[in-house]
Amino acid sequence: MSDANTLGAKLTSLANPTRFLDLSGRILPWLAGIAVLVTAIGLWMGFAAPEDYQQGTTVRIMYLHVPFAWISMMCYVVMAAAALGTLVWRHPLADVSLKAAAPIGAMFTALALATGSIWGRPMWGTWWVWDGRLTSVFVLFLIYLGIIALTRAIDDHGRAARMAAIVTLVGLINLPIIKFSVEWWNTLHQPASVMRLDGPTIHSSLLWPLLISALGFTLVFFALHLAAMRAEIWRRRVEAMRRIAARQADRQTDRQTERAGGQQA
Amino acid sequence: MNHTLFVTAAYLVSALGLGGLALWIINDQRARQRELAELEQAGIGRRSKAGK
Repeated sequence: MSDANTLGAKLTSLANPTRFLDLSGRILPWLAGIAVLVTAIGLWMGFAAPEDYQQGTTVRIMYLHVPFAWISMMCYVVMAAAALGTLVWRHPLADVSLKAAAPIGAMFTALALATGSIWGRPMWGTWWVWDGRLTSVFVLFLIYLGIIALTRAIDDHGRAARMAAIVTLVGLINLPIIKFSVEWWNTLHQPASVMRLDGPTIHSSLLWPLLISALGFTLVFFALHLAAMRAEIWRRRVEAMRRIAARQADRQTDRQTERAGGQQA
Repeated sequence: MNHTLFVTAAYLVSALGLGGLALWIINDQRARQRELAELEQAGIGRRSKAGK
């Protein structure tokens, strides 16, 4: 019983926004620096690696496109976990995390679509096709936009948090659709070549730069997410302080009115 | 076949997208911190002083 209480106390102290600001403020400069460095190394390795025998130089777009596509889905998983945090544990930072992640997820999804489209033009001969994979990723982008709109449309943070959490969990159904779209439907998009049960089918000279770029961009995502969460906590503090200021001003006006009434009497 | 232009375009779009996002977040942080500092200077605390 006392052990559970200690654990509970520890979790509560971690959930404290002031403690989070302190900890994230110390981590963020290092995380951002390492993220930029690892991404730069990954992309440099990509340019140093040989060209693909079929794709030629356009294989270098893959060092952007594939990490962006992975992160667009990973960000949604982070948001779904945050949604559970809001609905099940009422964690005070869970909604901050969900709201801060949505625009970042939308940007990574937009970039996955854009870089894929730029690659598709020379390789497929078309900028866009409405096939299973492209359409389901486009739907993911629209879900992100919907969640961004929802989190900003309702002034009451508690209500907005619960609604956004429910919509996020409903939208989770899209992730397996994206993952298996290339197997369920006959699509132009190639099937998985890295995350396969029988191992990657890419030659190691191209696989390593891809994995290191992906690690770098993942760190970039988390650095951006931490920074956006800090901004969101400060935004809520400003709102709370303005409310207090308005209440104090109200009270002062009331007192002045009372005094003026007393003098008149 | 030379597709340098497509590769350049992809890297340019990505740099603009992620760079713009980072600047937007940094700008948001700075604006909120400025507001917090202004409110604190005006003597507004984060806790209500009701009853004191």
